[in-house]
Amino acid sequence: MAAMRRLIWPLLILAALLLVNVAFIPGFLSVEVREGHLYGSLIDILRFGAPLILVSLGMTLVIATGGIDLSVGSVVAISGALACLQLSQDQGVFTAIVLALGLSTLLGAWNGFLVAGIGIQPIIATLILMVAGRGLAQLITDGQIITVNDPAYKLIGGGYWLTVPFGVLVVLAVLAITAFLTRRLALGLLIESVGGNAEASRLAGIRARGIIVMVYAFAALCAGVAGLMISSNVSSADGNNAGLWIELDAILAVVIGGTSLAGGRFSLGGTVLGALIIQTLTTTIYSVGVPPETTLLFKALVVAAVCLVQSPAFREKVFHRRRRPSSARPAEEKVRVTA
Amino acid sequence: MTTLSLGGGRAVPARYVPVLVTGCLFVAMFVVGGIRYEGFASGQVVLNVFIDNAFLLVVAVGMTFVILTGGIDLSVGSVVALSTMISASLMAGPGWPPYVVVPLVLLVGSGLGLLMGWLVHAFDIQPFIVTLAGMFLARGLCYTIGTESIPIEDATFTAFAQTRIDLFADLWISPSVVIAAVVVLAAAYVLHYTRLGRAVYATGGSEQSALLMGLPVGRTKVAVYTISGFCSALGGVLLSFYMLSGYGLHAVGMELDAIAAVVIGGTLLTGGTGFLFGTVLGVLVLGLIQTILSFEGTLSSWWTKIFIGLLLFAFILLQRLFSARRRP
Repeated sequence: MAAMRRLIWPLLILAALLLVNVAFIPGFLSVEVREGHLYGSLIDILRFGAPLILVSLGMTLVIATGGIDLSVGSVVAISGALACLQLSQDQGVFTAIVLALGLSTLLGAWNGFLVAGIGIQPIIATLILMVAGRGLAQLITDGQIITVNDPAYKLIGGGYWLTVPFGVLVVLAVLAITAFLTRRLALGLLIESVGGNAEASRLAGIRARGIIVMVYAFAALCAGVAGLMISSNVSSADGNNAGLWIELDAILAVVIGGTSLAGGRFSLGGTVLGALIIQTLTTTIYSVGVPPETTLLFKALVVAAVCLVQSPAFREKVFHRRRRPSSARPAEEKVRVTA
Repeated sequence: MTTLSLGGGRAVPARYVPVLVTGCLFVAMFVVGGIRYEGFASGQVVLNVFIDNAFLLVVAVGMTFVILTGGIDLSVGSVVALSTMISASLMAGPGWPPYVVVPLVLLVGSGLGLLMGWLVHAFDIQPFIVTLAGMFLARGLCYTIGTESIPIEDATFTAFAQTRIDLFADLWISPSVVIAAVVVLAAAYVLHYTRLGRAVYATGGSEQSALLMGLPVGRTKVAVYTISGFCSALGGVLLSFYMLSGYGLHAVGMELDAIAAVVIGGTLLTGGTGFLFGTVLGVLVLGLIQTILSFEGTLSSWWTKIFIGLLLFAFILLQRLFSARRRP
């Protein structure tokens, strides 16, 4: 019940955004099968939102351990660049995908090593890869935009399978696996305990370091898959612009979904809702007729509003009462211990 | 105080070591450049680094204040862009004179900083998220003003942009460098010789202790974000001298350059330790990397990013070693 109550706000926001769309676009909710593919505005939101959902899922686990991963945007670019480079050199699609995802996971493990092994603050550890990774992606593509023409590769981001966009199926698969691993096995509990208090969980016998390395590797793997989708959708790799700002959107999605940036509890469902809200917001701005340049202004307002609503200090000041004094306080006074 | 003995039995306090390392790195880079490339080892090359990076220097000074308190300001790049955009559009459209536009721009920047600082302090929200919202807000405002690049043709601005201040022996600097130098000196004075400066260091060292000592922690936090906002706006004005245009895509990713400069300059990201002089050195090192790459000629621009990444890694590792030494 508590989990459902946490999801109520994101659900309401999403519903409100969808209602605005219904009011402005006739037939917004209709989904039809055309030429064996599903068509409709809702399907488009899912299809274009798929990379963001993937990146946000990885980010959720990282944030749950009390960390943050700024490098996902660069990993998106690197993964797409490497895959397209392999394809342009007449390698098979399978080799290209395996190499791209392998490199992404390796980069994520590097982030995890910096955070858990050396003990660098997550925001800074991943900042290194964020800066250097863009350079690396451009190095791979040699500063050019590599275009590929491979029907099998095109399937990942732009194709359909059993009438459903393939990207959406990938997201569903990743979501199912993640949910199974974290909610049916002990892994989720371990991640939450590391985020709650890394030192205490280590003393309790949890291998905090291994878990931290794993979540960063997972986040990078998700970003790698998202990078494949983005580059496959446009059939090209752009080291400079692919996945630009996606880390910020992903963090935003996680925060909107109700996962605290301080670490601890996380909500996969909330994150998916958060990512969908961001994608729907973009669609809404187009459909209402507001100039698309102001998308960022809306995002700023949404971030500010969501953060204020989540802030215990704000609730106290505005509503002049503390709803759950016993649960609101400890979160604020949580002792920070580095791993 | 922890000391680290260097050769010859002379002891250097540990807190100066990162700055010294950055200084040595700068000298080493300059010497290597001087040996490898013809015409590199001249005073004008160093001055050019200042001329090309005056705006970054000003922005990094503001960032130093924020990082010293243990916070972070992601909005600086977009506030810089917003400043160029506001000044360009006000001078091109209604034809406002520069002496009205520039103070207005500085006021807007400080106002944004004040707002972010207040949100951080009053509602206990993470600086990362608040300034992220500020970043979106400022970029969004840029695009709302206009999506195209607006040229600046105001006579005062162009005259100021083309002015050369001659020093001795054919060396010259631009007025922007003078402004940046004044900002650096003023900031160094505030940090090291005023009550606000002590409060900044104390807040970054341990917020709890600073609070218990009766220091105005809240006011200090609001002040550093306001200072950072002001510095970003001033950096934006300097950038519009340099570019002579206002554009919503100016200074994309500048927040990263500023953070990198501060870190390379030896300021601890957890707050409390660091020097403004280190930040100046950090900006110089970043600028010199670009100069060396342009002298090299064959290396492409993306190597800059890779080198900055590697440098960041090396310096963060160094910081980690020193903070581990202090807390065994």
